[in-house]
Amino acid sequence: MTTPKLDRRQMLKLEAAAIAAAAAGMPVPALAANLVAERDASELKWDKAACRFCGTGCSVMVATKDNRVVATHGDTKSEVNRGLNCVKGYFLSKIMYGHDRLTQPMLRKTNGKYDKNGEFTPVSWDEAFDIMAEKWKAAIKKRGPNGVAMFGSGQWTIWEGYAASKLYKAGFRTNNIDPNARHCMASAVAGMMRTFGIDEPPGCYDDIEAADAFVLWGSNMAEMHPILWTRLTDRRLSAPHVRVAVLSTFEHRSFDLADIGMVFVPQTDLYILNAIANHIIKTGRVNKEFVAAHTVFKRGQTDIGYGLRPEHPLQKKATGAAKANDSTDMTFDEYAKFVSDYTLEKAAQMSGVPLNRLEALAELYADPKTKVVSFWTMGFNQHTRGVWCNNLVYNIHLLTGKICEPGNSPFSLTGQPSACGTAREVGTFSHRLPADMVVTNKAHRDITEKIWQLPEGTIPDKNGAHAVLQSRMLKDGLINAYWVQVNNNLQAGPNANEETYPGFRNPDNFIVVSDAYPTVTALAADLVLPTAMWVEKEGAYGNAERRTQFWHQLVTAPGEAKSDLWQLMEFSKRFKIEEVWPEELIAKKPEVRGKTLFDVLYKNGQVDKFPTSEIEAGYGNEESKAFGFYVHKGLFEEYAQFGRGHGHDLAPFETYHRERGLRWPVVNGQETKWRFREGSDPYVKKGTEVQFYGHADGKARIFALPFEPAAEAPDTDYPFWLSTGRVLEHWHSGTMTRRVPELYKAFPEAVCFMHPDDAQDAKIRRGDEVKVISRRGFIRARVETRGRDRPPKGLVFVPWFDESKLINKVTLDATDPISLQTDFKKCAVRIEKV
Amino acid sequence: MMKRFGIAMLALAIAAGTGALTAQTLNSPLRGVSPLNEEGPAAPMTPMRNTAEKEPRNYPEQPPVIPHSIDGYQIDLNGNKCLTCHARARTAESQAPMVSITHFMDRDGQFLASVSPRRFFCTECHVPQNVVGPPVSNDFVDIDTLLSRASPGGKR
Repeated sequence: MTTPKLDRRQMLKLEAAAIAAAAAGMPVPALAANLVAERDASELKWDKAACRFCGTGCSVMVATKDNRVVATHGDTKSEVNRGLNCVKGYFLSKIMYGHDRLTQPMLRKTNGKYDKNGEFTPVSWDEAFDIMAEKWKAAIKKRGPNGVAMFGSGQWTIWEGYAASKLYKAGFRTNNIDPNARHCMASAVAGMMRTFGIDEPPGCYDDIEAADAFVLWGSNMAEMHPILWTRLTDRRLSAPHVRVAVLSTFEHRSFDLADIGMVFVPQTDLYILNAIANHIIKTGRVNKEFVAAHTVFKRGQTDIGYGLRPEHPLQKKATGAAKANDSTDMTFDEYAKFVSDYTLEKAAQMSGVPLNRLEALAELYADPKTKVVSFWTMGFNQHTRGVWCNNLVYNIHLLTGKICEPGNSPFSLTGQPSACGTAREVGTFSHRLPADMVVTNKAHRDITEKIWQLPEGTIPDKNGAHAVLQSRMLKDGLINAYWVQVNNNLQAGPNANEETYPGFRNPDNFIVVSDAYPTVTALAADLVLPTAMWVEKEGAYGNAERRTQFWHQLVTAPGEAKSDLWQLMEFSKRFKIEEVWPEELIAKKPEVRGKTLFDVLYKNGQVDKFPTSEIEAGYGNEESKAFGFYVHKGLFEEYAQFGRGHGHDLAPFETYHRERGLRWPVVNGQETKWRFREGSDPYVKKGTEVQFYGHADGKARIFALPFEPAAEAPDTDYPFWLSTGRVLEHWHSGTMTRRVPELYKAFPEAVCFMHPDDAQDAKIRRGDEVKVISRRGFIRARVETRGRDRPPKGLVFVPWFDESKLINKVTLDATDPISLQTDFKKCAVRIEKV
Repeated sequence: MMKRFGIAMLALAIAAGTGALTAQTLNSPLRGVSPLNEEGPAAPMTPMRNTAEKEPRNYPEQPPVIPHSIDGYQIDLNGNKCLTCHARARTAESQAPMVSITHFMDRDGQFLASVSPRRFFCTECHVPQNVVGPPVSNDFVDIDTLLSRASPGGKR
């Protein structure tokens, strides 16, 4: 089917005819006129929004006309991206218009009745919530509150995550709610909490323009944080003294800018990190004044296991698994002795990185004149010792005092657009509450219950099931009612063959998936709820540099699709308090008797305080229209109470609709660029210069942590390391980007990247089909030996965006025992030609 | 104009072909026919589109896709192969489109003497295209089509 093409001559002729016709007063189709000059017709309505994709948090301008998005571009007024977008961002205009948008609830039925093995059948929202409520109540009756669970997202808007957390932790009284950010940055969270006692980076993106050197630790910024990469590239090429060091287990696009490129054997990053600390000490470059004033030393618990099921031999063997997060005091001298075993020479030997490169890397940190930014993402975080990696890189910055000032910055990049805003700050993790508080702390629960106006003892005091544990409990039939929003965990979660899929299809379980498109997770569910996305609702995201950004609803969702927020709040109306709370709890606040969860959680005099008249003129707002009050403002203002005055201050609601985001803490209208530094952070006590106020003693922790091996390494049966990851053109599981034809065609299907020598040894040629097989499952893919990713011998890389090649059937569900985040970068596979 | 109309028709035809979400079923063309607990064969790798013919943009702000193959193009610290044809001074000889003037602006919107370093890695925004049919079509409507629908005599 080709289109007849016109050459330039024919085109001009046609246009001339059209113009002549118009001049003669003959009616012509509007398309034939060669310019729409009439202002009313050509004018577009432009509004700002946060990009839907990564944690960089670019601001975009969105043009709408007749209730449709017609164009998008980078926001020139945004500090983050100053007018730029990456290729995904430039195609945001098309992500909502994939032809197979879900527009009505679909329930598996046979002969008109729900049947786990039935066919998906359109149902009304009423019927959908009826069956959901029935299943939820049955699960709670059978197993107690922990019989229900939810898997949410770092792509939830702030108020969606907040409403969900409230519904589960206070409404259903279970902490079985976790975001997919668990797969993404839980190690960064635990790393921050251990070292600083407070979450989220001390620095900000302004560090990029001030740095003399950049070190990428397991971060392919060129593809995963493209706009930050443009800033880094700008800095490197504009200021020739700047150096870029890139560390990874395979070569990727970020190596194109590397002055010092380093491919290391998986897991030996632990060794390299300690060797740099040792180098700093041995060469006398410790910033003694800083270390003495602002740090203390801790010996971390070792032999902490791999977060596998308790009966796994590796778990049984681990002596420190039960106290993985423990540590004891030590002195600087003891620490110096501890790291003295880690020499650069031995690091070179273990990692396979040439010694001179490791020396050059260590000098970037050791040289007091070099301002250095460390960036890391999944290479560190998706690591069975991910928390340790985070702690070890902070060690280096703390030993040299290179922290909390422009250009000196250890910076954990986030994967998702609101992993910081929604997962971390709102506290949608199974162990967390807002503003860094945790469910296991009585004082924290008290504060939360007070703000939520709930009786003491409402929030359960035990950690809920985290991501991987939820999958295991579904498989074991211990969680029977499960709601998934804004994520695609059957594709994204580890060990899908042995854990996730059996859990979804377990006949004891009722699985609900809210999504805009029929993802594989939706296809494996029992009830699918059609969901409004991105600018079809009012939203708020928080990016990696603590920047909170808002956008208005700009268009309406198709068909009966509704936002996650509406779904959560509407569903809460189905529960009378007596159905979910025990009598003794109700007795503490008898006025809740007879009320619904909606009344108690959302129509509580606080969330429903702001009338719909406060919605900015000219913008739709479906949720507020449905519930009769300005839902988003009410939820935000209630939530903001947690952080104001406690180091997490947010500005008033309306401010965010005007600004291109602000970096918290926002105190007296001023955002904070560098935390813990006097003069920049209003929470630092005068005269202290630097104060790590997250810990009561105001000091950061330097941790002694050793090298420990990976959970699974190649052997004779499975001789290759498998690393998984992403590509520039696709966001996560490709649900949105693979429905944009230009992005689909840029990278249509996942391939198995392999070293040409390994391929040759196995008599495999580029383009041949292979099976990538682990002890847990396999996929089939074509081999690529010369693409953008160039693995060393002995390692293959397979991106996970492609739902026709579910690589997570192959991966292992080993996690960091402290953060409970999966290591998606290391397991053992063999490659067989098909 | 004709060309755009032709493409719109083509899109409609593709849309009809992929099958709308019909009542009693739910499937994902992106997954293909394999059940979730099985793994089907991998489709053969596809060649890159390799012409000089431009694709229309969906909107003026969209970075044009690359109509030709860039296999083996070097874009790194040592050089940028794309600029050998697309740099201002080379376009007479190459007849390739000149790098957009926006690319000469720095972060503060000031024009530089040459392409801004922040735009150095072309493939962050411009991507080549495989010769392959996307399994799911896209119902995005561009502004011209939308305006023509709204005006008297316009297509509906």
